Amino acid sequence: MSSEIATSIPREERRQGVARRPWRTLAVQLIGPLTIVAGLMWAVAQPYRIVFLDRDGRGLYDYLFQPPLLVVAVGLVFTFVVAPGLVEDLEGEEHRDSPS
Amino acid sequence: MIPRAEDAHWLAAAVALFLGLVLIAELIVGREVFRRRAWRAYLFPAAVVVASVGLWVIVVFSTFSTMHLLAHAVWAQAALVAGAVELALVRGKLTSPRWSLVPGVALFVSGFAFLVHEPNPWLYSRSAFLHHAIGWMLVIVALFPLGEALRPRQLVWRTGFALTFVLLAVFLFADRDAAPIFGRFGLGGP
Repeated sequence: MSSEIATSIPREERRQGVARRPWRTLAVQLIGPLTIVAGLMWAVAQPYRIVFLDRDGRGLYDYLFQPPLLVVAVGLVFTFVVAPGLVEDLEGEEHRDSPS
Repeated sequence: MIPRAEDAHWLAAAVALFLGLVLIAELIVGREVFRRRAWRAYLFPAAVVVASVGLWVIVVFSTFSTMHLLAHAVWAQAALVAGAVELALVRGKLTSPRWSLVPGVALFVSGFAFLVHEPNPWLYSRSAFLHHAIGWMLVIVALFPLGEALRPRQLVWRTGFALTFVLLAVFLFADRDAAPIFGRFGLGGP
């Protein structure tokens, strides 16, 4: 067989550092950032809800409870407290299930 | 100094949103992985019990209206019972999926209390509108724990239950003590 016609089958080399990320892991990692983005979009849409931008006559509770910032705070807590452990456990589970 | 009602509602909204996100995450990763760490397993039941304590605090301090006081007392008691059952389920003291009926009853009773303690019609103000909307929502979503009790393997019940908290957060974040229903677009309100 002529080598000009029959070419070699390209090897499926696994690129380093570009391992396939399962959708579950990605979904868990996206929950927090999407919540943060939602809070920021709300802050842009209704800036008068942010007391730091309009301080006249505001009390302690106005500073503590600013709805768009509360949404951002929830997203941050989820991103840095809940998601990392979940991703770690999920990857551990998938690593255990995958054939060695 | 006691915070305004809308401040308390926004704080409750943040807690509801966080719980909703946690329940959605549990749906995504599966219950087995989610409960691998004890603090995660106990997070939702403990939050419900703590919320019930917060509602009892409101009962103590918010005495300007008998119906308001009774409604918050009903929510506090319902949340306490539901949280206790959830804790026992996570702990393994209770095993039957039929126990999901208890959170279902708690949601139904809470919704009923919302509807009963709002004296004004839907379009009176944003607060009245949201009380009616949240009340009917809670009455309807009580079907999700009911479904979980009767057909525990179907994902739709747990999905609905998780999204309930996100929707509740949206409603509570929208609450204002005195405002037209649709803000500058008007309809109702002072």
